[in-house]
Amino acid sequence: MIREDVVHLTRRYWFSASHRLHNPVLSEAENYTLYGKCNNPGGHGHNYYLELTVAGPIDPRTGMVLDLGELDAFVQARILERFDQTNLNDQANFESVAPTTENLCMEIHRSVCEDWAALGWAKSAHLERVRLEETSSNFFEVYGHAAQFAERPVRS
Amino acid sequence: MIYLTRRAEFSASHYYHSPALSSEENRRLYGKCNNPHGHGHNYVLEVTVRGQVDVRSGMVVDLKQLKEVLHLEVLDVLDHRFLNEEVPVFRHLIPTTENLAVEIWRMLESKLAFCTLDRIRLYETPDLYVDYFGPDGARRGSKAIGG
Repeated sequence: MIREDVVHLTRRYWFSASHRLHNPVLSEAENYTLYGKCNNPGGHGHNYYLELTVAGPIDPRTGMVLDLGELDAFVQARILERFDQTNLNDQANFESVAPTTENLCMEIHRSVCEDWAALGWAKSAHLERVRLEETSSNFFEVYGHAAQFAERPVRS
Repeated sequence: MIYLTRRAEFSASHYYHSPALSSEENRRLYGKCNNPHGHGHNYVLEVTVRGQVDVRSGMVVDLKQLKEVLHLEVLDVLDHRFLNEEVPVFRHLIPTTENLAVEIWRMLESKLAFCTLDRIRLYETPDLYVDYFGPDGARRGSKAIGG
């Protein structure tokens, strides 16, 4: 049976990391006013929940939009191993921008898009959304196609 | 326009095996899900309908009627079933979460003349879910730029 139906598949992951929100161009007082407890010099941590949504047609051969094992291995290698049990302020990309969850969500989106073409089903399915939950009360989402972001300059 | 979502749960077993693939490919692609004796999930289904609020009732849909259709057309068919063998459509279609979400849309759409079906969201586990917006709704759920 030929299936042309497009579905959105969402996979959820989690990792734990610490960070301190501090912008060196601001004074100590301004940083404290802006970031409050998140500016604590010793840092603090979160269990981040990450969702990737992939959209594409159902492959009639497999009944699936993508190879879930391949997606899991990809996210494990590119995202979870990089960020899990780390201090986000140690990451090179957060030397000049604060490791807010907005910036972390953007960086995860950029990183996933960067190697998207290497995935076996990248031609048929696209990255629809990256959602990152900092706590159960705060979450951030970035939408967009991998191909459209492939040329985006790498955040320094 | 307002959207209403009704949540329901059902438990079912399945296994994945594609006749288009070799035994080795089936094992590699589906892993443990290829075990022919099956395994099960507590599926969580969300059915979203959309429409205008009826001035007289203050409601977008008669929830009792929606619940009845949901039970009759979907839950009674799928709950506590071995999908591969007991639900006819899956004799020739792999009962992945993707295909199951599309089939649930088909089971419901023609029976929901009193409202407009917007989205089927089906959780296989808390870590994996599929959204289907209907045959004409490929882009409806999308906030992607361009495309």
